[in-house]
Amino acid sequence: MLQLILEQSLNGLQFGLMLFLLAAGLTLVFGIMDCINLAHGSLYMVGAYLVAAAAQAADSFWIGLGAGVAGAAVLGLLLELSLFRQLYRRDHLSQVLATFALILIANESVRMIWGAQPVMLNPPEALSGPVEIGGFFYPAYRLVIIAFGLAVAGMLYLLVAKSRIGMWVRAGASNREMTEALGINVQRLFTAVFVFGAALCALAGGLLGPLLAVQVGMGESVLILAFVVIIIGGIGSIRGALVGSLIVGTVDTLGRALLPTLLRALLPADAASTLGPALASILIYLLMAGILFFKPQGLFPARA
Amino acid sequence: MAFYRPAPYQKPLAIVLLLAALALPSVLSAFGQEFYVGFATRVLIFALAASSLNLVLGFGGMFSLGHAAFFGAGAYVAAICMQAGISDALLAFPLAMLAAGLLALLVGALSLRTRGVYFIMITLAFAQMAYYLFVSARAWGGDDGLPLVGRMTLGGLSLSSDNALFFTALSALTAAIVFLGRLADARFGRTIQAIRENETRMEALGYPVFRYRLVCFALGGALAGLAGALLANLTGLASPNLLQWMQSGTLLVMVIIGGVGYLYGGVVGAVVLLCLEEVLSGFTLHWHIGLGVLLLGIVLFAPKGVAALFGKRDD
Repeated sequence: MLQLILEQSLNGLQFGLMLFLLAAGLTLVFGIMDCINLAHGSLYMVGAYLVAAAAQAADSFWIGLGAGVAGAAVLGLLLELSLFRQLYRRDHLSQVLATFALILIANESVRMIWGAQPVMLNPPEALSGPVEIGGFFYPAYRLVIIAFGLAVAGMLYLLVAKSRIGMWVRAGASNREMTEALGINVQRLFTAVFVFGAALCALAGGLLGPLLAVQVGMGESVLILAFVVIIIGGIGSIRGALVGSLIVGTVDTLGRALLPTLLRALLPADAASTLGPALASILIYLLMAGILFFKPQGLFPARA
Repeated sequence: MAFYRPAPYQKPLAIVLLLAALALPSVLSAFGQEFYVGFATRVLIFALAASSLNLVLGFGGMFSLGHAAFFGAGAYVAAICMQAGISDALLAFPLAMLAAGLLALLVGALSLRTRGVYFIMITLAFAQMAYYLFVSARAWGGDDGLPLVGRMTLGGLSLSSDNALFFTALSALTAAIVFLGRLADARFGRTIQAIRENETRMEALGYPVFRYRLVCFALGGALAGLAGALLANLTGLASPNLLQWMQSGTLLVMVIIGGVGYLYGGVVGAVVLLCLEEVLSGFTLHWHIGLGVLLLGIVLFAPKGVAALFGKRDD
């Protein structure tokens, strides 16, 4: 039992860190430009496909990952310059409609190019086995993902919290007009943030690709989770996104693994087997509703 | 100020269109195209659902991304009624509206404490909860949804023929539009629109803003429930997919293309979107791309929606 909890906690940490890669870009887009980007999940999907295609072509996972991330960054740049730049000034309704349209276009383009079947993406040979840590076996590849996630999260923290660019980004998120008035080119800054966010999406998609199926529609489910994360954390706050991701990742993973067992101990088997999965899947939404009830601005409001 | 004000030609145009709709089944059967009666019914049902969202979004100014929850709940109530042996729509439809309305009342009471983007996301969260609850409810079919053994009866009249269901949906939509039109002009509608424009001022004037919004949200939910019950009769299935967030997105898209805050916005949007789907899917398997490009075009070039041509909101 203890081993199960330990293993699931590691899984939760890994999932949370990947969510953070997605939520970091989303929360900044949201926070700085006040723009609802439903297509963020599509960048994740397209990124995963690009990584899979490049990995297959180069016959190397790592080259594929690099190429896919670069490809997604270019795509992000094109999208920002052609479409998003016009959307910032519009209301939320237009943003929802336009990015909803992007989801349709992205899903269908992927289906046209790669077909409706999920695409296989294999982890690097050297990492396909399990390793022993503290008396139990854990897949090496998942450990690498955790390390990657921690490294990127640390780098992002330094970038946002300690560097000059990070200061501009935080200033832009808390008061855009004021930042512009102080002579920062928020538009150019934001293009960079958007491109960076797209690259992080592809990184998460590529890393998760070998664990989950690379398929059409993979972006939508994860998008909702990323939104939950940034709402819990507070829109525009990187720290909030990190805390939110870890909370959501752990609660979701542990809930799915442990709740059914827990309920079986407390309730009759019939009721438990119905209630368990239901409760596990709505757990994070309950958490979010609860947090919003007490802190309507999220845990770390950026515009305090 | 931006109260809704219909254009002078709106009413005659609506009556002409209603007459055309009344004649539609006979025209279709004259051309041997009875298949399209089902499609037309679908359009009417989605027009009703989109209009209910337009009440919440356009008139109430509440950006809900969870409206499909009430739509789906209505469908499930209809299916559950059938399962329990209640096959009279005169009982089942009001029950569906009541259940969806109560659900909306609950969701609204919790969500309306938040503002702006947080409201969008919390309504989405509640809809996701409803979705997962229905997915895992094995007594109601779980993933597969709950099929209806047949269509309901309306009083003594059977709805099993496509034409009967078409006219039922048409009457429901007409009644809803007349109701919404009167509502927009009534004291309640004026108050709701004024709250949309300036919440603080209305609060200062002593209006119970929260309660007005909540009633508006619940009314929208109840109307969506009616649409859901009709759809369950049309397709013979209450599926959890009806509650998915993409469904809420589709309803939103209908309202936005049609025209947010215009009486016929929901109707126009549903007609435009579903007809586009029907036409484009005839051309190519990959019609979603075409639809996406068109939607982008609408955002960039017709930001006020199509129904803006048929009514004024003087702002």
